[in-house]
Amino acid sequence: MSQNDPSQPIPGTYLFNGQMAKKGYGLNKMCFSFNEQSARDEFIRDPDAYCAKFGLNEKQIKAIHERNIIGLLQEGGSIYYVAKFAGLLKLNMQDIGAIQSGQSLEAFKEMLEKRGSGEI
Amino acid sequence: MATIIGAVTTSHIPAIANAMANKQEQTPYWKPFFDGYPPVRKWLNEKKPDVIVLFYNDHGLEFFIDKKPTFAMGVADEYHNSDEGWGIATIPPVTGESDLSWHIANSLVDDGFDMTICQEMKVDHGLTVPLSLMWPGNDYGHVKVIPVCINCEQYPMPQPKRCYALGQAIGKAIESYDGDLKVAIFGTGGMSHQLDGEAAGTLNRQFDLECMDTLVTNPEALAQYTNMDLVKKGGAQTVELNMWIAMRGVLRGKVTELHRNYHAPISNTGAGLLLLEHEMPVRE
Repeated sequence: MSQNDPSQPIPGTYLFNGQMAKKGYGLNKMCFSFNEQSARDEFIRDPDAYCAKFGLNEKQIKAIHERNIIGLLQEGGSIYYVAKFAGLLKLNMQDIGAIQSGQSLEAFKEMLEKRGSGEI
Repeated sequence: MATIIGAVTTSHIPAIANAMANKQEQTPYWKPFFDGYPPVRKWLNEKKPDVIVLFYNDHGLEFFIDKKPTFAMGVADEYHNSDEGWGIATIPPVTGESDLSWHIANSLVDDGFDMTICQEMKVDHGLTVPLSLMWPGNDYGHVKVIPVCINCEQYPMPQPKRCYALGQAIGKAIESYDGDLKVAIFGTGGMSHQLDGEAAGTLNRQFDLECMDTLVTNPEALAQYTNMDLVKKGGAQTVELNMWIAMRGVLRGKVTELHRNYHAPISNTGAGLLLLEHEMPVRE
């Protein structure tokens, strides 16, 4: 996210607006398809062919390969559909929370505990 | 006439369904959350609402961004859950109430709320987790559910004041229904949380507790927040409070708080539970 992008005013947050929805349409459509087991199986058999089927651009394909959640958001991914990609990788929301915020799962959970109890 | 007997707010995150399936309710992690529910279940079992109007948001099961309704509602006699991509067990069909649904749809559009009206609608964890929570063992088939779905994903999304007004219009519609039905309202989702970005894990206990107080005593003040205010206060997905605010709009008569629980974190979220009793307003 660019610090100078007026449509993205909140640091560390990717508001899913019209620009993002347009940019990420194919990526999100692919991840939406992962609601179906047959689609998940097809992706696992040949990720590149499956990405091509939905017209993903190079940056999106790279982010998929690298399992780069932030990269997917920057390329227009909506967290609702990116979460389905994460599920395919057997990652839950806490796993991807830790990955995105750049800390270990244990540190991420500890941060949530502290915030939840009002300690921080 | 139909009577609105009360309302419930509850979290709807998928991890709750997994915890129930794996019988983890009494583990140290989950106990403070699940221990809040028995009084609400007892109230529902005693009061026996015929119909639940349930506000939730679809997380990409029924709706994709090819066509994303701002406000959608179901008018079917049955709804089905489906695979959401994470291998959560699907649950039995949900019973609908098409007559009252169509009455509400007609009334809403006449009132200026141009709903997307759905005769087929797959319902995701946003709707099913609250039902599983209230009726353990998925024993909810006797209760008729009217799903009302609010866009909480893609901007532009409806502002809190608009969601509150939608709730008020639904309240007015239910009050004008001739059928002898007891109706309860569920506001699901929330509270503070953020799933996406470097700021994932944002959570604001103090704000959540304030919202619970304000929702009960002064909902119009809560409805003055903008979506951007909610995002800044509690994280990106705090906009799910719009379902709570819509629920509160339906309650146009006297509201009494019977029970509450708050526990955080549950997965990445602040989980608030409220049970509100409602006395019908004097008919206009």
